[in-house]
Amino acid sequence: MSGHHDVSYLAPKDTLWKTIWSWVYTVDHKKIGVMYLSAILLAFFLGGVAAMAVRLELWAPTQTVLERANDGTVTPVTRGVFLDPGIKENGKEVPPNVWYNRAFTLHGAIMVFLFIIPSIPAALGNIFLPIMLGAKDVAFPRLNLFSWYVYVFGGLFAIYSILAGGVETGWTFYTPYSTTTEWGATTAMVLAAFILGFSSIFTGMNFIVTVHKLRAPGMGWFDMPLFVWAVYATAIIQVLATPVLGITLLMLVFERLFKIGIFDPALGGDAVLFQHFFWFYSHPAVYIMILPGFGIASELIAVHCRKRLFGYKAIAFSSIAIAAISFLVWGHHMFLSETAAANIVFSGLTFLVAIPTAIKVFNWLATFYKASISWNTPMLYAAFFIFCFTIGGLTGPPLATLATDIHLHDTYFVVAHFHYVMMGGTVLAFMGGLHHWWPKFTGRMYNEFWARVASVIVFIAFNITFFVQFFLGTQGMPRRYATYDEHFQLLHQISTAGALLLLVGFLIHAAVFAQSLVAGAKAPKNPWGGLSLEWETESPPVEHNFHREPVVTHGPYDYDTVVPAHVDPRDYPLPDPAEVRRVHGDHH
Amino acid sequence: MSSITTKDLTADRDLLPWEAYVPGHHWRNAEDEAEGAKLGMWLFLSTEVLLFMGFFTAYAAFRMKFPGNWYEAAHYYLDWQIGAINTCVLLLSSWTVVMAVRAAQLAKRRQILVYLAITNLCALFFLATKLILEYWPKIQKGKLPGANFAYTGEVQGAHDHIFLSVYWISTATHGFHVLVGVFLISWCMIKAAKNHYGPKHYTSLENVALYWHLVDVIWIFLFPLLYLA
Ligand code: HEM
Ligand SMILES: [Cu+2]
Repeated sequence: MSGHHDVSYLAPKDTLWKTIWSWVYTVDHKKIGVMYLSAILLAFFLGGVAAMAVRLELWAPTQTVLERANDGTVTPVTRGVFLDPGIKENGKEVPPNVWYNRAFTLHGAIMVFLFIIPSIPAALGNIFLPIMLGAKDVAFPRLNLFSWYVYVFGGLFAIYSILAGGVETGWTFYTPYSTTTEWGATTAMVLAAFILGFSSIFTGMNFIVTVHKLRAPGMGWFDMPLFVWAVYATAIIQVLATPVLGITLLMLVFERLFKIGIFDPALGGDAVLFQHFFWFYSHPAVYIMILPGFGIASELIAVHCRKRLFGYKAIAFSSIAIAAISFLVWGHHMFLSETAAANIVFSGLTFLVAIPTAIKVFNWLATFYKASISWNTPMLYAAFFIFCFTIGGLTGPPLATLATDIHLHDTYFVVAHFHYVMMGGTVLAFMGGLHHWWPKFTGRMYNEFWARVASVIVFIAFNITFFVQFFLGTQGMPRRYATYDEHFQLLHQISTAGALLLLVGFLIHAAVFAQSLVAGAKAPKNPWGGLSLEWETESPPVEHNFHREPVVTHGPYDYDTVVPAHVDPRDYPLPDPAEVRRVHGDHH
Repeated sequence: MSSITTKDLTADRDLLPWEAYVPGHHWRNAEDEAEGAKLGMWLFLSTEVLLFMGFFTAYAAFRMKFPGNWYEAAHYYLDWQIGAINTCVLLLSSWTVVMAVRAAQLAKRRQILVYLAITNLCALFFLATKLILEYWPKIQKGKLPGANFAYTGEVQGAHDHIFLSVYWISTATHGFHVLVGVFLISWCMIKAAKNHYGPKHYTSLENVALYWHLVDVIWIFLFPLLYLA
């Protein structure tokens, strides 16, 4: 292999057209990963805008009160409405509550289906899974490109749905509301989620086959980096759970278009059946969201602690255990509409998930012990991740406990719980991973100081925004309401202020990345001293990833056995003596 | 470098496409590539099974909810003889598609084409029977799913429409898969005609055959559940 395969995958072609073509028609997993990354960051931005709309609406309690004028006439007056553009649809003015419903539905649906599910696997996983395995590409490169286009197609459906009037069912599309609501373009959004599911399935299939068949010579299953294990476990869930979402959403579309009655109580159907179908996918899907985050955390901690990860096998197997258990607990979302026997079983099984999860947390913490930690941005994010995820995880058991969940169900406690795991867990891990691998896939360093400042702001702001929501929930504030009792206002205002600060943090991050792309210093091969294969190739990698097929001789975290005591891991891999002699002549 | 040795042996003629086949640049060799493709296909088939599990779950839920009505409706609205004939036709097609793969392993191009043609005829027969003998009369009588079901003439129970909903969505989704199969098999016929299949390389043919078996297997479950309920 020589010639054009030895240039950077980012190198432009002879003409602008050829360069554009080399992206839109690429089968290179790195370029596809970068395209995914751009798309999901756009989705993150859109979802963030909707979130800010929700938080601003909640600044004030928005109440309709009856006011009695001096002459004795009584008129209803609504105070504190932000989201009321006074637009008419089909001749009727859209009520303010419908606007609020649309805002949180768009936020949830975009964040779940367009951002968080594809975020780590399809973007960072696509770029790094093959390289970490020492492969030249994923198993099915054309399917990989196809899945990106399917994603974009699904995204267009979602955008169409927003422009055509939005959705107000919540991201869960619960029946019978989703089949009876007269507002908006629900069918288009359901179809969007259906299409996006296929993209997710294709990515999952591709990764499973890649891990099975394309590991470099010498790389056994237990020589794989833990990020690869996590993405592999995720891929299994993607393949086994997403089809159930597909069929559920398809039946929902049939229900809306042809009134088939399966989910419609008025026709003898069963609305709760929809919830069973939906959560049979969507509970495993929450692990599609978090497992890759676990994987990133393992990488960040090992590399920035410069230490063999504690309990490699326990971490690897706990991912698989979580994937398996995740299929058995969907009923914990319907404690209020199930039989007592089913509740007891689902409650018990739900507690089981906490075991493999805790195994991971303890192993990460044990790795810190006597480590030489460098507090770079990725490492800060790893620590923030452990902190927030642990809070998110520990608030799961109160929800899995029948007696307490009757009180907490559908309150802000649940909202805080899943934001601590999804944002405090996955998004913080994603940000850590993005900084960790940024020098590798862009070839540029970023400004460490400002990135650290931004990460600390994000961490603090995140906790301000969501910690108070635990109190709101325990005090009885229900989720998905624009209106609330006045005594909740202070906590809501703290939360909204936190959200604004969060926005500031992310804007600084965006500026840091932009500055790095335009004027960042050139990145070395191995800026952090990692031992997995991606750090052995160029930054950015060449088109076929490696100059020649790598042969694996050590595990990804073998700091104690591989790196000699006097060597800085950042100089690893040490140049091949034969190569040095060839280049500099033989001088001894 | 097996292609070089093959070239040496057959230096006096041009290689057929299946003989000259080179695996994708990221695969170590053609066997790895074929195994990878087959693993991918099995994963895809498992997603299909799970997809149809949704229908089977809905079927189970409503059969438990309306047991008597379910039985009456199944017997009244569906003709088990048509279902049985279609089952036999699909079973036959499963055998012919296997024989097509076998023919590829033996480098018998004409036989591949004949067997695939029979498979496709079976598929079209299945679809024609469904459309002409089952769907069309139901549409004419207004026996549509759910709210569009016409409660006129002889009726079996208050929930006939739910039975027909399950019938329509599951058989229509299955029929859609049969139709996709027709296109896939036709695509394989074109490739076979152009000599792309031989003992060294027949991955896509084998994968399409696997898909076709799955379509048959799903029908084998749908038939007794719906027609013999
Ligand atoms: C430590 C293990 C966990 C346990 C025991 C647990 C338990 C629960 C329970 C019982 C509920 C239902 C609460 C209710 O509606 O009354 C729930 C809701 C939820 N959980 Fe978790 N959870 C855990 C981890 C996670 C993780 C890792 C994620 C995502 C990354 C997650 C995401 C969610 C979401 C999104 C909801 C709410 C969905 C909705 O209604 O919109 N959970 N959790
Ligand atoms: Cu759940």
